[in-house]
Amino acid sequence: MNHIRPVADDAPSPEDGASGPDLSELLRRSGRGDEAAFAQLYDATAARVFGLAVRVVRDPAQAEEVAQESFLEIWRTAGRFDPARGSALSWLLTITHRKAVDRVRSAEAASRRDTSYQQHNQPVEHDSTAEAAEASLEARRVRGALATLTEVQREAVGLAFLGGYTHTEVATMLDLPVGTAKTRIRDGMIRLRDALGVGS
Amino acid sequence: MTDVHALSGAYAVDALDDIERAAFERHLAACAECRAEVASLRETAALLAATEAVEPPTSLRGRVLAEISTVRPLPPEVAPQQPRRWLGTLVAAAAAVVVLLGAGLAVWHQPWEENPTVAESVLSADDAQSTTLELGEATATMTRSDSLGRAVIVTDDMPPPPEGKVYQLWFDVPGEGMVSAGVMPIATDQTVVLDGDATAATGAGITVEPTGGSKEPTTAPVALFPFDA
Repeated sequence: MNHIRPVADDAPSPEDGASGPDLSELLRRSGRGDEAAFAQLYDATAARVFGLAVRVVRDPAQAEEVAQESFLEIWRTAGRFDPARGSALSWLLTITHRKAVDRVRSAEAASRRDTSYQQHNQPVEHDSTAEAAEASLEARRVRGALATLTEVQREAVGLAFLGGYTHTEVATMLDLPVGTAKTRIRDGMIRLRDALGVGS
Repeated sequence: MTDVHALSGAYAVDALDDIERAAFERHLAACAECRAEVASLRETAALLAATEAVEPPTSLRGRVLAEISTVRPLPPEVAPQQPRRWLGTLVAAAAAVVVLLGAGLAVWHQPWEENPTVAESVLSADDAQSTTLELGEATATMTRSDSLGRAVIVTDDMPPPPEGKVYQLWFDVPGEGMVSAGVMPIATDQTVVLDGDATAATGAGITVEPTGGSKEPTTAPVALFPFDA
């Protein structure tokens, strides 16, 4: 039941996942100080940046701060984005994720997260724009790929990436030896990568 | 080493603590395989994030656009993470070209104890000969003056060596092999006088060695500067 894998031909490249405006080009122009290009970049990616921030930090107000910090960083460093080293979307979500993780790992924020953890299920409004529709197509593909992981891999990847926990924390949470958690994360990510046809 | 490789997944999803991350980033500098794996896993993570898209409050857009209009984008060349990239490539490239000969023994002095005017006199000598190598983002220029019998290296944007390692300088002396010319202080931009007599040397090189330096090179050079005969 969990053995369905997307066929390779089906798998768009990561950059295709962000069809619409050419994010690399928008970044390049942003790096030269083009604010209109940056506004377009914002419109094309804000839901993903904010959504990732919400997912990791949980508290919407803090997630907004993280998203704002991330976009500022993306603007400042846009000129250093190198398309040869990865997609624009991956680049800016890497920045976002790092900011979100830094936020939850600061001691004060960590204690705040604990209290807001219980409130997590209050609905966040999901986007109804084209970006969201596109994202939901991707989401379906990703869910299919996630189904190819073992349960431990899936949990370890989820806690590490979406939960923002360190592999040591993940090991404790899943009752695994430390060395095993980092291996599960890596194996899970590699299997996900291959199921999604990322890279080559 | 195998153990360090295993951290690539956790690194790609920011699941390392600060100390592990720093250690893994040093490893990344020398491991092209891990760099490629990390890049592909980050692409994967970006797709994973797609399942979480949530429209932010509309007020965020105005705040972001107002804020960025007051901030100057950084220039492209000075990215702090860039120096990490070159070392692995460089070691591979240098290793392909260079065969190290047997080793000689070197009398040990620290090059930075030299009077700085030695560097100035070598660099301004009438018979100064320079070779400049591009090392990724870094440049290193080796200058020798035959009449003074000394050599000087000037580095620009040199990335720090891996933890627990240093850059060590060597003279390639016919009949003696690689003779230590001292250990470089850890600094990105500096001028270092090579220890010892440059007259007999047919070239100079840099290797990565354990802290304190080695009596003979234990790794392939990251840079090799031929001297004109």
